[in-house]
Parts: sequence; structure tokens; C-alpha cells
Amino acid sequence: MPALPLRMMTGSRNSLHAWLLVLPACVLLAAFTHIPIVTTFIHSFYSTPRPRRPSRFVGLDNYEAMLSDPIFWKALWNNAIYALTSVPISIALAMLMALFVNGKLRGKGFVRLAYFTPTVLPMIAVANIWLFFYNPQYGLIDQLLKPFGIVGVNWLGTQSTALWCLIVVAVWKEAGFFMIFYLAALQNISPDLREAAAIEGASRWTFFWRVVFPLLMPTTLFVMVNAVINAFRLVDHIFVMTGGGPDNSTSVLLFHIYTVGFRFFDQAYAATLTMVLLAILALIAIGQFVLTDKRVHYE
Amino acid sequence: MSLINHDNAAGEWLETVAAWTLGLLWLLPLLFAVWTAFHPSAYIATFDLFAPLTLENFVTAWKAAPFARYLLNTVVLVTGILIVQFILCTLAAFAFARFDFAGRDILFALVLVQLMVSPDILILENYITIRSLGLVDTLPAIALPYLASAFGIFLLRQTFKSIPKDFEEAARIEGCSTLGVLWRVYIPLGKPIYLAYGLVLVSFHWNNYLWPLIITNSVSTRPLTVGLAIFASPDQGIDWSVICAATLMTSGPLLIAFLLFQRQFVQSFMRAGVR
Repeated sequence: MPALPLRMMTGSRNSLHAWLLVLPACVLLAAFTHIPIVTTFIHSFYSTPRPRRPSRFVGLDNYEAMLSDPIFWKALWNNAIYALTSVPISIALAMLMALFVNGKLRGKGFVRLAYFTPTVLPMIAVANIWLFFYNPQYGLIDQLLKPFGIVGVNWLGTQSTALWCLIVVAVWKEAGFFMIFYLAALQNISPDLREAAAIEGASRWTFFWRVVFPLLMPTTLFVMVNAVINAFRLVDHIFVMTGGGPDNSTSVLLFHIYTVGFRFFDQAYAATLTMVLLAILALIAIGQFVLTDKRVHYE
Repeated sequence: MSLINHDNAAGEWLETVAAWTLGLLWLLPLLFAVWTAFHPSAYIATFDLFAPLTLENFVTAWKAAPFARYLLNTVVLVTGILIVQFILCTLAAFAFARFDFAGRDILFALVLVQLMVSPDILILENYITIRSLGLVDTLPAIALPYLASAFGIFLLRQTFKSIPKDFEEAARIEGCSTLGVLWRVYIPLGKPIYLAYGLVLVSFHWNNYLWPLIITNSVSTRPLTVGLAIFASPDQGIDWSVICAATLMTSGPLLIAFLLFQRQFVQSFMRAGVR
């Protein structure tokens, strides 16, 4: 490596240049990500400022209130169910879709288009479409079940079915998106492996489980982390389809934060709830870090 | 690589049927909405092939709410975020990729925090910040939390790092300044990544809902997603056919762009995700 440009890049004048280059982005990131994380933490130990009662330090009161808030536990539980079902199902479907589309399928372009289209639609539009789909009067699901004598079920208005309706929507929207990452990974698998397996007389099933599936592991980890984050981050459809109801049966953590912060204007309690969400995201980050270390064995 | 065993014709046939069934199932909700939007509301849920086609629902929807204004807001918003993010993330990524300065690694680790904790989650604190700036209900308020992106910085840093240093040295010998090198060497070589990043960015911000919902409260700032949600809320008592038309209308530009540039779109999502 020639010495001249390298020296130019490390001198103190260039250190200044570098700081000037990163400054605008870092100031904005700090203002809307890092500082809010810190102030959320601080606000969770204070009471909500009211016109006649300024905010004061209350210690762990907000956290105690949270632990005895049945809606918080309900939202957390719902969010857990939502993540634990929608993530594995959409990942499995995404893998299946990628395998289909990566093969010598007739009309491959069209099928890939069909799988991917929901990804491009805004979640609000998706929610409207499915709202109609689930409609007890006109909805297609109602039409299809009519011959079986099941008529006029209010899928979104019933506690036992509403959350599952939202899970179906999430799977529909996300599977095609995750398929793309599997497609990219499949295209990197050497054709030699397939030939070698064929010579060994391995069935397609064995080949998939013994060769393809392990090779897709890093992709699965990447997709899984993103899917779990989305399960906690994406609540748009809840606003349109159920509004968290009936009786909070579809409220999830971020939706509860919105309700507390912007409908009840309880800033301190919303900050406390946000701390839980941040803790969950931190756990995901640690989990990803640990699993990524293990992943090296595959490569 | 193909998973299809050529000796196994039955298996191949089965796989084709399964793939197509899943594909049609996946299109069904959208087709149902399209069918409803293009037929008079009297034909809702009666699948008569000879039902008359109409554009009436689109006309009604367009007249019933200020969709033209919402569309303008969305276009201005997305364009603004695109331009500012490109500039800020390019500058930062260049510094992280090619400069050796004190605190670089710690700073980069801090940037990556935003990959996990996106501004969508910090709605409350960000609302307080925007309110103290006196910017509530303005387009810049919707954009501000998203102007710097960890994803963009990360993606461009990877791209710049993969460009051989020889190119830069050649440009420097010809007398290029630091920014000159960035402009003449790095950005042109990163073009495919910029396309990928741009498409991901546009589709994300065109579709974003929660933050705009919180920070806007008037027609002159609301983007399409918030406008559509208000228009379609049940208490408005609007016909399903009209809601379907409005839904298709608001996602239309992105959907058409996607259909036209399908290949680039899929490839760019692949590129953006894999790196």
C-alpha cells in the first residue's frame, strides 16, 4: 500500500474532516434515537406532568403500576403469541416459496410476483383489504364457509379469533419479503453439491434437510431477527382492523404504548412501557450476537 | 440450483401445482379487492362474471376526500427523505469506510443501535422533541426522525469498503480533493446499491403510518396512509366498493412501479438485505 494516501487519511486534519463528515448524521441519530432512549429511562422514574402538578420523582411506582396493570400483561402475552406464531410460519412459508421459485417451475415469474406483491402494499391498504375479506356479511371467507353452514361469524369482533386474524395478515404480508433473502441464499449454493448428492443417491428430501437447510441457517437467523423486530414494531393493521379490541384481545405492546401515551396522555407510564419494549429488543440483539458467533461453524 | 429431480415427473408436477395454488391463494385478497373496486356496489360479493364494470367507485373516492393533496404530501415527504438521507448517509459512510479517526469504532457501534431501536418505537419522546421545536403538524416533523439511517450508513459503508483503494489513489494523484474522490469514484461505483437502497427507502416511507398519524392533524400535512385510514374508518359509513377503490388508488403508484420494475425491485431488495 503506498504510504502517501494512507498518511493523508490518518492525519489530524483528516480526523477533523472525518468528524465533519459523520457529524450531521450522528447529531440526528443522537437526537431521535440515543437521547430518547435515555430520556425514556429517566421519565419512567417520574410522574406525568399535569397542569397543576409538576412532574416529580416517584422511584419505581410506575413499574409497580405496570406489574398490576392487566392490560399490560394482556398486551405482552398477545405480542408473545403474535411473534411466536407469525414468525415461524412466515419463515417456513418464505423458505417453501423460495424453493418453488428457484426451481424449474412453469410460470416462475408470475408466481414470484404473486408471492412478493403483498410486501409492496402499505400495511394500511393491506388491513383494509383484509377487513373486507373478514367481513361477516360480504367477506370472501364468509362466502366460502356458507356451504358448511357457518354464516355471519364476526371474525375480528370475537375475542378468540381476532388475534389469529391479525397473525394471518402478518404472515401474508411478510412471507414474500423473507422469500427474497432465501432466494438470494439459494442462488449462492453451488450446483456441485446437488450433483454430488445425486451421485450418492440422496433423495430430494434428504438433500434438503442435510445440505440446503443447514446452508440456509445464516439467512434464517438474519430473517428471524428482522421478523421478530417487526412483530414488535409493526402495529399499523391493528389500528385499522380492530383498534386493539375486542376487550384488548388484539392489543400488543407498541399499541398499548400508543394508547397510554396519546389517548390517556400518561407520559410517564408510556415511558415505563417503552422500557419493556427496549429491554425486549436488547434481548433480541444479545440473542443475535450469541447465535451469530455459533453460526461460524457452518461456514 | 434446482431441487427438482428430473427422474421424478410426478413430483415435479405436484410441485408445480402446489406452487401455483399457493400463488393464487396469495393473490386472492388483492384480486377480491380489485373485483369489488371495479364493480357497482350492488354486485358486492356476488361473483357474476357478466356484472358491469365501472370506474364510478374511483371517481367517488377521489371526490370524497382530498386524495390529491395526500398524494402530494407523500411525494414531497418521500422525495425529501430520499435526498437528505442519501447525502447524510453517504458522507457518514465514507468517513466510516475510509478514514481512521479517534472514536470511530465506538461511534459506528452507536450508529448500529438504530438498526434495533427504530424511531417507530420511540414515538413518545420523539413527539415531545418535535413539540418543543414547534414543528407539530408539519412535513419536516414527519421526516426528521428518519433523516439519518443506520441501515443506509451500514449499507453504503460496506459498499465503499469493497471498492479497491487503487481507484481512489489514482484520483488523488490527478489532484482530486477528499469530496472530489467521493463524488468521482465512490458514488459512481456504488450506483447499483444506491438504486437498491432508494427503492427500499421509498417503499418504506410511502407505507409508513404510525409516526405520521401521531405527528399530523391536518389535510395539508397528512400522507396517503393516514388519509386512507381516516377515509376508510367504519364511522364514516362509506361503501365497501369505494373503500376498495381508495385502497387501490393509494397503493397504486407503488404497485404499478413495482409491476414495471419487478426484476430490479426484487434484485434490489435482495442486494439491500444480503449485505
